[in-house]
Amino acid sequence: MNKKNKIKIKLNGKTVEISKNCSLKNLVTIFKIPLNKVAIELNMEIIDKKKLNNIIIKSADRVEIVQFIGGG
Amino acid sequence: MDKLKIAKKNFSSRLIVGTGKYTTMKECAKAIKISGAEIVTVAVRRVNILDATKPLLMDFIDPKKIMYLPNTAGCFSSNDALRTLRLAREIGGWKLVKLEVLGDKKSLFPDMIETLKSTETLTKEGFDVMVYCNDDPLMAKRLENAGAAAIMPLAAPIGSGLGIQNVVNIKIIRNQTKLPLIIDAGIGQASDAAQSMELGCDGVLINTAIAKAKKPFVMAEAMKLAVIAGRKSYLSGRIKKNIFGSASSPKLGII
Repeated sequence: MNKKNKIKIKLNGKTVEISKNCSLKNLVTIFKIPLNKVAIELNMEIIDKKKLNNIIIKSADRVEIVQFIGGG
Repeated sequence: MDKLKIAKKNFSSRLIVGTGKYTTMKECAKAIKISGAEIVTVAVRRVNILDATKPLLMDFIDPKKIMYLPNTAGCFSSNDALRTLRLAREIGGWKLVKLEVLGDKKSLFPDMIETLKSTETLTKEGFDVMVYCNDDPLMAKRLENAGAAAIMPLAAPIGSGLGIQNVVNIKIIRNQTKLPLIIDAGIGQASDAAQSMELGCDGVLINTAIAKAKKPFVMAEAMKLAVIAGRKSYLSGRIKKNIFGSASSPKLGII
């Protein structure tokens, strides 16, 4: 694998290696995220789920993907 | 009909149930069904990215049938709480939310300064905010002035099961506000729920008392019935208390 074409990002607090020029849409597809049940934040900013295709992830970006779980 | 009205929405059940602490999501879903609750609180947490295909809460409890009330449980600052609820709104358009900003890890008492600040911000952003708060009438008034959709004082610390500790304060808050008043934490048994309703509260929010009972389904039903009984008792116009007796049978015709 060619390391030059890879970047490191933080996804839900974990370091993850992904391809350069990967869009947020690509990312959620790779990780099989059920889009209708989550919200996505890029560097602390909430992202409109309709615009995932247009956003290219950069090195060291912090992506958070959250869902509802049981709670009081 | 006697309905619970919150932010212009009507609910038949006055029991709100939390979805935490259950052994399985299946058990949680069944307890909620038995409780008759139409609103459940949910938390916002990270997706498990190593296996995002695992079943989610939404697969067991359909948000189209039961209203999800996103909660900021576990937030210790206004910023964290705001971030959580903005994300919650993004998941599915939820505007009705429960705000909970904690101030002390041991007692889990709310930080009312941060809570008030967050209420002001969220209200400006168009949220309908149900606010977890201390049983302090002055703070409750300030939350109301800040635009809260419901006042949710604790009966006792979260998960403590102690029941209502400050009956007088709850009565004063009831007396001063027309907003929905919902006892949020510290309920331990059905009589605590009934007492809350008899004090004139509009509803009760229960999680631990049901989820951690040895028989959660039996307790879910007990809480459902207690809330109904307490509400009817409140509406019935109870008799005056009297230190002397008053015979139930007529004197006429006594032998």
